[in-house]
Amino acid sequence: MELVEILFTVGFWTAVIRMATPLIFGTLGELICERAGVLNLGIEGIMTFGAMIAWMWVYQGGDLYSAIVVAAIAGAVFGVLHSGLTVYLGVSQHVSGIGITLLASSFSYFIFRVMLPDVTTPPKIESFEPLAIPLLSSIPFIGPALFQQTVITYIALALIPVFSYVLYRTPFGLAVRMVGENPLAVEAQGIDVLALRTIAVAIGSALMAIGGAFLTISVFDAFYFGMINGRGWICIALVIFASWKPGKAFLGTILFAGFDALQIRIQQESGIGIPYQFFLMLPYLLSIAALILISRKAAYPKALLVPFRKGER
Amino acid sequence: MRLERRQGVSLWLRLTLPVMAIAIALLLCSTLLLWAGVSVSDAYLSLAQGAFGSKFALTETLTRATPLIFTGLAAAVAFRAKLWNIGGEGQLYMGAMAITLFGTGAVTLPPVLMVPFLFLVAVLGGGMLLLVSAALKTWLRVDEVVTTLLLNFVVLLLVDYLLFGPWKDPMALGWPQAARIVDEGRLATIVPRSRLHTGLLFALGAACLVWVVMRFTRWGFEIRAVGHNIFAAGFSGIPVKLAVIRTALLSGGLAACAGVTEVAGTKGYLTVDISPGFGYTGIAVAMLAGLNPLGVIAAAVFFAGIYNGADSMSRAMNVSNYIADVMTATALLSMLVCSLLVNYRLKRN
Repeated sequence: MELVEILFTVGFWTAVIRMATPLIFGTLGELICERAGVLNLGIEGIMTFGAMIAWMWVYQGGDLYSAIVVAAIAGAVFGVLHSGLTVYLGVSQHVSGIGITLLASSFSYFIFRVMLPDVTTPPKIESFEPLAIPLLSSIPFIGPALFQQTVITYIALALIPVFSYVLYRTPFGLAVRMVGENPLAVEAQGIDVLALRTIAVAIGSALMAIGGAFLTISVFDAFYFGMINGRGWICIALVIFASWKPGKAFLGTILFAGFDALQIRIQQESGIGIPYQFFLMLPYLLSIAALILISRKAAYPKALLVPFRKGER
Repeated sequence: MRLERRQGVSLWLRLTLPVMAIAIALLLCSTLLLWAGVSVSDAYLSLAQGAFGSKFALTETLTRATPLIFTGLAAAVAFRAKLWNIGGEGQLYMGAMAITLFGTGAVTLPPVLMVPFLFLVAVLGGGMLLLVSAALKTWLRVDEVVTTLLLNFVVLLLVDYLLFGPWKDPMALGWPQAARIVDEGRLATIVPRSRLHTGLLFALGAACLVWVVMRFTRWGFEIRAVGHNIFAAGFSGIPVKLAVIRTALLSGGLAACAGVTEVAGTKGYLTVDISPGFGYTGIAVAMLAGLNPLGVIAAAVFFAGIYNGADSMSRAMNVSNYIADVMTATALLSMLVCSLLVNYRLKRN
């Protein structure tokens, strides 16, 4: 099949939207943290934990919708922990984030092993079925690609305009954007800088965890070790690529998922003598390339990485 | 309550902090052990015995501490300069690949020269990898955290490709492993009937060397100055970019040495799983050591003990050995909190 032909198949675009879903959650989650001035390197671990806890919830008899809520709450708890360390105590955001990732992922594996000590093949659950939206899904081409997805993908697609609206058109969004640029100005308005940052990080981390949960309760039906596989780090690259703007972030995730889906299709075309490992490297190399292209112009939030302490400048 | 900056910190406080952090970590993890349904005291006793309880346990712990000293030093040096090298894992495998390339028959030197030669090629390999990220950071302002993290995955896939493809040893009965390192290049065993090899001596030597360099030389001073305040350093005439590049070569090179100790020492040949995350654990090692190169030795032995102890504990009591990773992460986070007390004190308003 020709490369161009692939781009015009419905199956390809269905896959792109599906593969973009966890990245949309992760990227928006990281974006709000960084807009508030806090780098959250805990993302990789938080996504792992979200994936594990949502799966475990359903495996233990919970329903799929409440599993999303459970993942979000768990993510927010890790967010509050990260915020407690970096916002209230002002320790290094890099090291705390790596610590959160180590903690959340090892904690996920530990819980999984303790609750299921003797399983060799990962047990399966009934995951979300694709839900065709009446009328919309019968639009040719766009319909099946966009409107025959699972519920979590719809949430992701709806999240982008809601997220943009909240960030740009509400007092809360204004405060979040301001606290990442000039926390003193926020304090002068009588807003608690530390609490505001904590809320932003908690919301962001909750989104990350839902992104992870999507993998176990929507795409696959089991929890595997190392299943996040660097997706969190790619989200961090995507946030920079998107210059901290939600709309661009959505574009970035679609572009990225598009390349990823394309490489899988090309890989499946036999007869190309390139070993599969090189295809698997592409997403990571692509993220680095995107960063190189964009970074000279990157306008970081001014107060990113800078802890705020009352009365200290 | 608020935090107030401390003037001067006593050595005594510096030494107590890691102990406090470890105590907090053990306390927090005991709740997990209770949840897993085992007796906490039995579990920790079994862990301690597995870590340091016999000659065998001790040599195994030191064998495991060897690569951790190197990755810990790598993180300590880089973090001093605020170069956020999270790519220790990738650099370790770069070192491992470099010595597999040169050490499996391509070059043969007498043992006295062969081992240093292997360390040299590994250091170049690992240094080059981190140099890519450092150069991108210095000249193109590309965030080094993301590039070092992502390169870990790229390097690991490259190793995977080589071991399933061109480097696959036909004598290995189908296992994906490379040919053995030639005898001249192997790190000799230092305790009979154990796996402990001369890599430990190299690691201890490296720790002392790094300590001297960081503390007493101009290069070390420049690295520290860049880490404290990059603008002030540049303003006072320190070649900032050069200092960052030097830091990258040193840090990447040190992480790569961990690959040497595993391939030329512990294992004898390259496999995909020579490192169970030594690169990441190195960060915890460096933080527990307060970024002090000599402290890294003690911290590495401690974490190696945790991992070995957890292995034997999981066999004896049927608790998942992921508890070791949880302990490492908890110790890292509690050390972060404790290290805050080095610079600040709590004061009532």
